[in-house]
Amino acid sequence: MKVMPATRRQVGLAAACAVAALVLPLLAPNDYVVGVAARISLYATLALGLNVVVGFAGLLDIGYVAFFGIGSYLYAFVASPHFGIHLPFLMALPLVVLGTALFGILIGAPTLRLGGDYLAIVTLGFGEITYLLLLNLDRPINITNGPSGIIEIDPPALFGHVMSGNTAYYYLFLVVLALALAACHRLQHSRIGWAWQAIREDELAARVMGINTTVAKLQAFAIGASFAGFAGALLASWQRSVFPENFLFTESINVLAMVIIGGMGSLAGVVLGAIVIVALPEVFRDLQAYRLLVFGLMLMVLMIFRPQGLLVPRSVSTAAKE
Amino acid sequence: MDALGILPQQLVFGLALGAIYGLIALGYTMVYGILLMINFAHGELFMIGAYVGWAVLVWLINAGFGGLHPVWVVPVMLLMAMSLSGLLGMTLERFAYRPLYTRGATRLGPLISAVGASIFLQNAVMLTMGARMKVYMTSVLFPRSWYVQVGSVRVSVLVLMMISVALLLMWLLNVLVQRTTLGRCMRAVAEDREVAAVMGVNVRRVIAVTFLLGSALGGAAGVLVGLYYTQIDFFMGYSAGLKAFTAAVLGGIGNLKGAMVGGLVLGVIESLAVTFLNPAYRDVVAFVVLILVLVFRPTGLLGETVPQTNKV
Repeated sequence: MKVMPATRRQVGLAAACAVAALVLPLLAPNDYVVGVAARISLYATLALGLNVVVGFAGLLDIGYVAFFGIGSYLYAFVASPHFGIHLPFLMALPLVVLGTALFGILIGAPTLRLGGDYLAIVTLGFGEITYLLLLNLDRPINITNGPSGIIEIDPPALFGHVMSGNTAYYYLFLVVLALALAACHRLQHSRIGWAWQAIREDELAARVMGINTTVAKLQAFAIGASFAGFAGALLASWQRSVFPENFLFTESINVLAMVIIGGMGSLAGVVLGAIVIVALPEVFRDLQAYRLLVFGLMLMVLMIFRPQGLLVPRSVSTAAKE
Repeated sequence: MDALGILPQQLVFGLALGAIYGLIALGYTMVYGILLMINFAHGELFMIGAYVGWAVLVWLINAGFGGLHPVWVVPVMLLMAMSLSGLLGMTLERFAYRPLYTRGATRLGPLISAVGASIFLQNAVMLTMGARMKVYMTSVLFPRSWYVQVGSVRVSVLVLMMISVALLLMWLLNVLVQRTTLGRCMRAVAEDREVAAVMGVNVRRVIAVTFLLGSALGGAAGVLVGLYYTQIDFFMGYSAGLKAFTAAVLGGIGNLKGAMVGGLVLGVIESLAVTFLNPAYRDVVAFVVLILVLVFRPTGLLGETVPQTNKV
């Protein structure tokens, strides 16, 4: 696959989207809508990380939210009264990202021999274990504070300015999302991106071609986890509290749905998927109790009519024709 | 009483729970064997089976058993739950999954469709039956005084019934798969769908029947769990489904005997964890064992019977 230069239409569309995203808080009817938009940006960043693992490298991870949780709790550990540590935001972030990436390697390492769905099950196991540990590690030594979670987490302070209000967070998350998109684009068209694609299409052939599949897979896990760690730290600082319930298996599935609905491997698709998964239940809010019912139905209908996802990247669409 | 003293008692509970896991796991493993798909909505079919059983029980109790001898109450509950769960499973396959795999979706498409079905069914039950839990009046059928004492172990008639029903259903399924033409067709489709089609097997019908059978077993498990725990709610399919799927993988996915063995092993491991460790870590132990088994024996305890595929 050659790196396709973006067409004029694509550039125009991207610019239009960027402008729309920038002016959104000005046009939003209320703060609630800005909050939803902020959540979309945050989850899009998270989903981009999972896309590295699932979409780029083809490693099905259905316990991804574990890294989101680890990132959130690591941030809570170093920026809350829980341990009495209050690191500044810009110092805490790299620590959290590094820590989560280490967990990515730790969890990735034993799964390297496993293919396909067995890998998925092991990640599911790790996801559940992480949740249960977050829930139960308040005894004998109180590490996670158990079901009551960690509260009064420090809000981010950038250059002496303490952030507050959904609009400020929205712009912060938007900047992070833009950086994540740029990073993913670079990764996709780099040596490691090509190695991942080769592993995804045929692992044995990739190894024959001299790709160190062990290193490449661990890199995918580490990078995917570091995205989740970053997003987790942002979530913790935004909510100003973290609870084990934020990181249930259903959240993993939600994030996976974002990646798949948009069209696996496509960056724009992942963002679109995040918009659909976060915004749909909000759009149906008027339906009150029926909102999740309709959401479930929509997921089925979407998959039936667009089984490859909404935006299909070129390489996938040709591969699917075989 | 010390841990060793209550161990035999805990093992009995573990086996009963394990038999249920195995029963649900069969549905996962059958569908996976044929379509290589994790049917995430299977836990919900189990939950709906529990609700159907509950509705039948309430109706029968209110009707003074309708002239029925109480011995027939559980079979009627099982029959109704299995029929409805089975039909529902078949309907799901027809409308939510078949359109995907006939159109050549990636393997993850049906997975998300199944997640949608799972959310849909949970909320449909919550909206029609209410969010509060329902109570099985088990004591009407199985008074607490009915038990068998073996040494220090007390086994209630209810637990004996559960284990026998689960084993009976597993045995029936095994006979069906190993001895009948339909079973041969199912094995052929699991082996190679295209070759089976060429040989004249009606692949679509076989897949539909697989969903029917697997879902029916899930529905039966729902009734047994309802009778055992006496409380059911619309969210019960989540953790039971997760555990049962773990059991299926533990035994070797696609392998029917593996699902049964995996279920029993998981149930016993959990009872050991409860006895010797903190009960809060019951599930942690279960998942750690799963990971260890997969890392050191990637095809499960009894080995898989489906072709390994690395494509997502």
